[in-house]
Amino acid sequence: MQHYNMNLTLKVWKQKNSKTKGAFESYKVSNISSEMSFLEMFDVLNEQLVSEGKEPIAFDHDCREGICGMCSMYINGRAHGPWSQNTTCQLHMREYKDGDTIVVEPWRADAFPVIKDLVVDRSGFDRIIQAGGYISVNTGNAQDANALPIDKQKADESFAAASCIGCGACVAACPNASAMLFVSAKVSHLALLPQGDPERKTRAFNMVNQMDTEGFGSCTNIGACEAECPKGISLENIARLNREYIGSMLSGSNAEGLTN
Amino acid sequence: MSWKNYFSTSIGKKLQMSLTGLFLIVFLLVHCYVNAQIFYNDGGVRFNEAAHFMGTNIVIRITEFGLFGFLILHIVQGLSLAMKNKSRRSNAYAVSAGNKTSAWYSRSMALLGTLILLFLVMHISKFWAPNRFHQLTTGEEMNLFTAMREEFQTLWVVAVYAFGCISLAWHLIHGFYSAFQTLGLGTSKYKGTIKSIGVAFSIIIPLIFLMMPVLFYLHIIA
Repeated sequence: MQHYNMNLTLKVWKQKNSKTKGAFESYKVSNISSEMSFLEMFDVLNEQLVSEGKEPIAFDHDCREGICGMCSMYINGRAHGPWSQNTTCQLHMREYKDGDTIVVEPWRADAFPVIKDLVVDRSGFDRIIQAGGYISVNTGNAQDANALPIDKQKADESFAAASCIGCGACVAACPNASAMLFVSAKVSHLALLPQGDPERKTRAFNMVNQMDTEGFGSCTNIGACEAECPKGISLENIARLNREYIGSMLSGSNAEGLTN
Repeated sequence: MSWKNYFSTSIGKKLQMSLTGLFLIVFLLVHCYVNAQIFYNDGGVRFNEAAHFMGTNIVIRITEFGLFGFLILHIVQGLSLAMKNKSRRSNAYAVSAGNKTSAWYSRSMALLGTLILLFLVMHISKFWAPNRFHQLTTGEEMNLFTAMREEFQTLWVVAVYAFGCISLAWHLIHGFYSAFQTLGLGTSKYKGTIKSIGVAFSIIIPLIFLMMPVLFYLHIIA
């Protein structure tokens, strides 16, 4: 593809903190290279703002390789922009043409309060993990890797679920602001392995209970999460979470360690 | 930990919607089968026989209480979930994904359900309620076949029934699959089959229901 430069209008959400009301602000950027990533375009804008003595736009980012789950922009109505199975940092400016207007919003969910501008507080995810997204491992020497035989298919499915980077795009995309896809991925990758067995009867309930406490919405099987997930986490994981939950209800309703 | 705790979380409420929804799907099948007796076009003989059985059989009459109970639970829980879910995003997006990431009917279950509820109020007040009242006062059932024939001579009544059936079809297209997904059956192995059966069910059953007022109106059934 031929390299080209473009001039763009950006409408970006500016918000001082979670207590104040935010609003859109318009910015013009010029000579943006089609080779740049979306975040590099934001770097150019921020350098421009700093040199003009204005406050730069706050946005989350870390690895810029599509694996850390920090970047989080809602671009023209799409979580992580229009490309499928892609993070904002891996969205490239060749998607846009000269003269385009791009609207950039933060993840919007009451469970993800805005910290500043495009940065939201996703620590609700951490508390969900603390509620059950762990396994009990005895200390001592690591055992031989193949001491526990695991089905190849199960290992692959577990790995696919574990590829969730916890970015929150599922919550951002869900009309109910539900975190079910995230919770289902985190339950699934442990439920598929023997290492996940000891907490199995309590994990699904405790994590779902924490999800509700955090103020995320409930899942109504719409599927926007799956469509927007940068890691292609499938709705099958939600079906598995539902099975784990029902299994716990039918067999382990007296299991110790259930929080309520 | 009681079962009450398990049914109070978001998945628990989803299970309530799924199980009551599946019961209502079974009800639709039975209702459709009984009413389809009018297609014999025998002046309502077979239909009235079937209606008499449904109106007097003790097991059916007890199940009827369950039906209303589940229906009310489905409505109340559904509306309460929809309202709660709406409140989870106080600040709406300026630009929304619309139909790019999900189907409109999957996002409109509460709206479609409300339309079906409005239809049901009229439907029940036209047939079920007068019939039960008639039974209570005279000990005899109404002739439901002639009641249908009379009601479906009015165009706006037929139009409301058509609207009700269309709302039901869209509600079912998402609801049928969703009920099974909630029970954990939406795996790669079964998902395709469930979706196909769901779409077929959602088109065929409302279509059969729709044919009833239409054929009466056109005097094809008399």
